[in-house]
Amino acid sequence: MTDASPSPLSPAPEDAGLDWLDASGEHADIALSTRVRLARNLQGFPFGPQAGDPDRGSVLERVRSALSRVSSLEGAQVTDVTELSPRARRLLLERRLASRELVGGEGRKPHQGAALVVGTRRPVSIMVNEEDHLRLQTLGSGLGVDEAWHTLDRLDEELGREVPYAFHPRYGFLTSCPTNVGSGLRASVLLHLPALVLTKEIGKVLQGLAQVGLTFRGLYGEGSEVVGNFFQLSNQTTLGKSEEDLVEHLDRIVRQVIQYEVRAREVLLRDAAGVTEDKIWRGYGLLRYARSLSFEELMNLLSGVRLGASLKLLPGLRVYPLNKIMIFAQPAHLAEAAGRELSQSEEDAHRAAYVRRILASEGEVTSDGGASQDPSSTDPTG
Amino acid sequence: MVCDNCGSEPAVIHLTQIVDNEMKTLHLCQACGADKGVQGTSSPPALPLTDFLAQMGKPPSTSTALSIRSRCSFCGLSFKQFRESGRLGCSHCWTTFDSHLNGLVRRIHGSNQHVGKVYLSPDPSVTEREKKLEALRRRLQRAVELEDFERAAALRDEIRGLEMDRS
Repeated sequence: MTDASPSPLSPAPEDAGLDWLDASGEHADIALSTRVRLARNLQGFPFGPQAGDPDRGSVLERVRSALSRVSSLEGAQVTDVTELSPRARRLLLERRLASRELVGGEGRKPHQGAALVVGTRRPVSIMVNEEDHLRLQTLGSGLGVDEAWHTLDRLDEELGREVPYAFHPRYGFLTSCPTNVGSGLRASVLLHLPALVLTKEIGKVLQGLAQVGLTFRGLYGEGSEVVGNFFQLSNQTTLGKSEEDLVEHLDRIVRQVIQYEVRAREVLLRDAAGVTEDKIWRGYGLLRYARSLSFEELMNLLSGVRLGASLKLLPGLRVYPLNKIMIFAQPAHLAEAAGRELSQSEEDAHRAAYVRRILASEGEVTSDGGASQDPSSTDPTG
Repeated sequence: MVCDNCGSEPAVIHLTQIVDNEMKTLHLCQACGADKGVQGTSSPPALPLTDFLAQMGKPPSTSTALSIRSRCSFCGLSFKQFRESGRLGCSHCWTTFDSHLNGLVRRIHGSNQHVGKVYLSPDPSVTEREKKLEALRRRLQRAVELEDFERAAALRDEIRGLEMDRS
């Protein structure tokens, strides 16, 4: 990216939504990112299906005028989603800063007043005029539900002093959909669980989640499919438990799931070391040299390579470039880098070229790591 | 025979179903039947059967005040629209459709009582302030239990601030 080019997310900061990439958080090889969001509505305005353009306009104005008095949002930038190009809107979606409900898509334009407020000093943002008036959110690296909640709680306290929220003594924070009412809190952790999938243990784990009040989704949240063995675990219910209890419960269960994954990895290495190692190296080889990659193929290969990096089977390979690839090899990001829309075959070629470039510059492995598994060393005839 | 649901109107719809190997017959009046999505043999149910089943066995009169024609006086959302989209249109809807939402929310969340943060509006009343204090003390106790002392200190400051405002 050149310094002179304007931010594609203009005026949202170019690095918005990328704080988690550095893999600085706890268990960041398995738990990619933690996200917490709070649903809030303003008193006195219709929301959801009943909010008209003037209502949404007023809500946005209320929020805009409150920003300067909210220290968590110091220097924050407001992006009017309706003024963005379709590609810029898809970029927000791929960054996981905005939902499809906010940015529209598949022929639907965003609603009047749809906006995104992005903090520059803290990793917080607010979707304005989504299903609810406000969706306060934070996205951080690794497993850090508690920390993410405290960051958001502070923003919530500050903002709630400036704009009056709709609150009910019995139902708590009122939302358009009854599934979000109460705390309005949805916390989720994006987990990479290849060994549980390979050992076919994943079914049991996912079934167990439902019994403890958690649910799972794919990479892009609600309604998205699971690709590349990435699962987003989140709390199912929002009412009847305090925010601290919801957060602590998710944290505890996610830690257990991570332990299961670690154990499954040990089983893989013990019982199927050769096959596992081969799969990982093949994946690396394909990514390093392929000339065309669909997004789905990339995610599947990346899953093996990520496992290899995590198990130190690909010596010297860090998680950071792999995280970067996950973001920048998405369709809208590739089109943005090319400066034009790409056909499917062009997109796949651009993707492969980007992946080769990143792996060559930041993702070289320092040895072929094969000595331990070299069959010639145990070959009696050799 | 009177309606099993409202207990006042004559029952005109008789629905027999087998639940847990037990045959149950439900007698409903026209309005309650329509409310539950059963409108006699001529028209198909307007609501998913699961929703109807969830209502079965519940004490009568949970939704007697609500017909599908009920409307929120603030935003104009009808109960029928809510049943179709699953989305409410404003804060007032929560009061208007309370008799239905109470049961629905309990089925979704296993509870119908918020126990989390208490919101203090920018211009709070005395009762609101007391409720907020109560919730903050609960959170403080929890933070201490979890040995999150940094959080506990912040909560203690917040409690002191509110107590000072009170006096």
